[in-house]
Amino acid sequence: MSEQLQSDFDKLVKTSKFSNEEIQFKKNFLNNFIKKGFPNRKQEDWKFLDISQIIKKNISNLSYFNDYSQSNKIDPSIFVDGLEHNKIIFINGRIEKIDFNFEDQNKIEIIDETKKDISFDYENSLIDLNSAFTDKVFKILIKKNYSLKKPLIVYHSINDEIKSTNINLRLDFELGENSCLKLIDYFSNNTAKNFINIFYNFNLEKNSILKNYKIDKFINNNLKYSLNNIEQDNNSVSETFILSAGSDYFKNEINCNLNGEYSSAFINGIFSLKENQQHEIRTTINHLVENTKSYQLVKSVLGKNTKSAYQGRIFVNSKAQKTDGYQLSKAILLDETSEFNAKPELEIYADDVKCSHGSASGSLDENSIFYLMSRGLNYQQSKELLINGFLMDVVEKITDVEIKNLITNIIGLKQ
Amino acid sequence: MDTREKDIEKLKDYKYGFTTDIENIKAPKGLNEDVIKFISNIKKEPNWMLEFRLKAYERLKLLKEPNWQKPKYPKIDYQDLYYYSAPKSMKDKPKSLDELDPKLLETYKKLGIPLQEQARLNGIAVDAVFDSVSVATTFKGELTKHGIIFCSMSEAIQKHPDLVKKYLGTVIPVTDHFFATLNSAVFTDGSFVYIPEGVKCPMELSTYFRINASETGQFERTLIIADKGSYVSYLEGCTAPMRDENQLHAANVELIALDDAEIKYSTVQNWYPGDENGKGGIYNFVTKRGLCKGNNSKISWTQVETGSAITWKYPSCILKGDNSIGEFYSIAITNNHQKADTGTKMIHLGKNTKSKIISKGISAGFSDMTYRGLVDINSKAKNSSNYTQCDSLLMGNKCGAHTVPYIKNKNFDSNIAHEATTSKISEAQLHYCQQRGLNPEEAVGLIVNGFCKEVLQQLPMEFAVEAQKLVGISLEGSVG
Repeated sequence: MSEQLQSDFDKLVKTSKFSNEEIQFKKNFLNNFIKKGFPNRKQEDWKFLDISQIIKKNISNLSYFNDYSQSNKIDPSIFVDGLEHNKIIFINGRIEKIDFNFEDQNKIEIIDETKKDISFDYENSLIDLNSAFTDKVFKILIKKNYSLKKPLIVYHSINDEIKSTNINLRLDFELGENSCLKLIDYFSNNTAKNFINIFYNFNLEKNSILKNYKIDKFINNNLKYSLNNIEQDNNSVSETFILSAGSDYFKNEINCNLNGEYSSAFINGIFSLKENQQHEIRTTINHLVENTKSYQLVKSVLGKNTKSAYQGRIFVNSKAQKTDGYQLSKAILLDETSEFNAKPELEIYADDVKCSHGSASGSLDENSIFYLMSRGLNYQQSKELLINGFLMDVVEKITDVEIKNLITNIIGLKQ
Repeated sequence: MDTREKDIEKLKDYKYGFTTDIENIKAPKGLNEDVIKFISNIKKEPNWMLEFRLKAYERLKLLKEPNWQKPKYPKIDYQDLYYYSAPKSMKDKPKSLDELDPKLLETYKKLGIPLQEQARLNGIAVDAVFDSVSVATTFKGELTKHGIIFCSMSEAIQKHPDLVKKYLGTVIPVTDHFFATLNSAVFTDGSFVYIPEGVKCPMELSTYFRINASETGQFERTLIIADKGSYVSYLEGCTAPMRDENQLHAANVELIALDDAEIKYSTVQNWYPGDENGKGGIYNFVTKRGLCKGNNSKISWTQVETGSAITWKYPSCILKGDNSIGEFYSIAITNNHQKADTGTKMIHLGKNTKSKIISKGISAGFSDMTYRGLVDINSKAKNSSNYTQCDSLLMGNKCGAHTVPYIKNKNFDSNIAHEATTSKISEAQLHYCQQRGLNPEEAVGLIVNGFCKEVLQQLPMEFAVEAQKLVGISLEGSVG
C-alpha cells in the first residue's frame, strides 16, 4: 500500500501548483498515514465497523491520485430544485465552483488555508490521509453580524473522468459574531465504488448559528467517511442533521467542543438502511465550561443484512457545572439479519449536572400493527405508517421550515 | 454552606484493618513451574489437577495484561508475590473446630463471624478462607443430610474429583483472559458447592474471605453447581488488614445452573480501600461468570462494592438454556482515591432469555467510577429481552462517574432497553430532610439508601442490614 501511496503522492505533486512549503507540509501527513495505516477494529472508535476490512472487501486496490489541474464539466441536473441556494460544487474532490450569488459579497471571504495545521489532537489516521491528498483547502469566512439569506448547498459528485478510487476533500468555515449559516451537504447518486473522505472544520464565534444538514439518500456503492469538528464560543448554537441512507458504507463523526458558556449542540440522525448497508454515527460532545447543553437523537430502521452503529459520548469537564446532556437512540429491526449496535457513553467529572441517555431496540410493535389493521389498513400500510411516524419524530427537530419540507420530501415521509 | 469546597474529612477507621500474628507457611516468592508444583504438592492434589494448572501457566506465558480499563495502576511485579500462604497450624487440617488454632477463631470472632455452630442461631453455613486456605466450614452435618456438598475446593478435589473434573473450567476456561488464567494456574482454595437434583438448600451458604499475610495475592476459586430443579443462595464477604502496599486479589467464580435450577449469589465486598491519600489497598480483579446451562434456569448476581483500592470486575451471565434468566444488581461506592470499573455482561444465546441489570454508582471524594456493561443478543436468541438501568450519583466535583454500555442486538424479535442518568443529591431533597430534623450526614445517608433500595432489597435479610450500614460508613465524611 505504501508504494502506491508514495507514487500517487509524487504524481499529485507533479501536476499540482503547490508551493514547496505546502508539499513538505503534506509530506508529513503522508508519512504519518503510512505509519498508522487505515483504522481497524482494534481501535475502540472503530470497534463496530472495521473500515480497513470494508475497504479491502469492496475496493481491493485503492488509488489516490487525482489530477487537480484539469477542470471538470458541471452537470446542472444534479442541482436541487425548488430551493434557491448558494453553491459549492466538488467534482472528483476538486472545487469546480464557489457561488454566493444570493449574498452580499463583502460579507463573505474565501481564504486559502492549505498550510493550516490541524488544530486539535487526533489519532484518526484518516485525517492524515485527507491532509496529504486534498487539493487546495479553503476557508469560508462569514463576517460579523451577517446571516446568509439563502442556504449553501455543497454538492459532492463524481464523474467518469475520475482516476482514483479515493477522494479526499476538506472545507473550513468560520462564523463571525452574530452570523448564521445554513449548510446542506448533498451527495449525488454516483454508483462507482470509491472511498470518500470528508473533513470539515467549523469555528463558531459568539452568538453564531450553524445548521448543517447531511443528505445521503440515493442508493450508491460508495464508502464514505465524514468528520465534522466544531468549536463553539459563548451562546453559539450548532445543529446537525444526518440522513444516512444511500451509501454502502457511511460513517459520520461529529466532534464538538463547547468552549463557551451557554453554547449548545443538537445532533439528530436517521439511519434508513436497505440491503447490505453498514452505517455508523459517532459523536463526541465535550462540555468544557458551565451552562452548556447538548441533545442527541438517533433513530434507525434496519432492513435485510444491514448493520447500524451509534457511538455517542458525552464528556463533562469538572468545571462544566450545570451541564445538560441528553442522548437517545432507538432502532427498529425489520429482518432477522439486521443488527444494531450502540455504545452510549457518559464520562462525567462535575456533580451539578443533568445527563442521561437511553437506548432501545426491537421489532415493530405487533399491537400497534394490529390496531391499525383493525381500522382497515393492510399489513404493509400499517408498517409504513408506523415507520413514517418513527422517523418523522427526528425530522420534526429540524428548526428551518423550508429545509424541513425539502428533507421530508427527499425521504418521502408524510406529515 | 458549600459542601463541594470542603475538603473530604477523614474516613472513619477501617475497622477490619487489624492483622493476626500467626505463623505462616509460604511458597517461595515468584511465579514459575516450581511454585505451581509446590502448591499442588502441599495440597496433595491428583495429577490431573496439576496438569490443569500447568496448562494454564503455559497459556499465561503468552498472555499480556489487559490495559483498556479506566483506572490505571502501577505495573504489578508478578515475580515479587507470594502465591501461597497458609497458617502453619493448617498444614494437617484439623478434624473439627475444637482443634482449630484459637488465634484463627479469635480473628473471625473479631470480624463478627463466630465459627462455632452453637453461636450461629440465624442458620447460615460459613466457609472461612484465611489467606490461601479454607479454615473451617460450619453446619456440615445438616447439609450432608440433604446431600448438599459444601466444602473447600481442596477438599472437593480430594473427595469429589468427578464433579470437579466435570465442571471446573467449563465457564472460565484456562484459555480465558490474563487474570483468570493466572488464577487457574495458582489458585489455592475457595468454596465448592453442589446442590443435588430437586433440593432447595435449607440455609444460606456463605464464604468469608480474609487476606492476612503481606506481599501475598489471594487467588481463590469458587465453583457452584446447581443440579436440575435445585435452589441455592450464596453469600460472600471479604476484608483485609490495612497495609501500605497494594495487594492483588484475583479470584475466579464459576456458577453453573442446570435445568430449572436457580443460583443467587450475593457479595458484600469490603476489602481494605487504602488510606485517604490513596496509599495501599486491595486490587480486586475478579472474574465471575455464571452459565445458565439448562432450560428455565436462573442466575442472579447481587453485589455491594464498597472496599478495594481498585475494583475491576464484571459478574456475567451466559444465558444458554431456553427461557433462562440473568439478573445483576449492583451498588458500587467509591470514596477518597478509590477507583472502580465494574458492570456486567449478559450474553443471550437461548430462546426467550431475559436479563435485567440495575446498577447504582456513587462516587465521592477524588474517586472514579465506571459502569461498563455488555448486552449481546445473539441471532438465535429469539424473543429475548433486556432491561438495563444504571444511575450514578456524584458528590463533589473532584470525582468522576462514567457509563460505558455496549449494546449489540442481532435479533429482530428481541428488545433491549437501556436507561442511564447521572445527577447529584438535589438541594431540595437535602433541605426537606434537614428541615425535619436530620443532620446533613443523616440526610445524605437516607437519600443514598433510597437511591440504592432497589438493589439492597435483593440481598438476604442479614446481609441487607450490614450492607445498609456499610453504605453509610463508606460515605461518611463526604458531605460537609
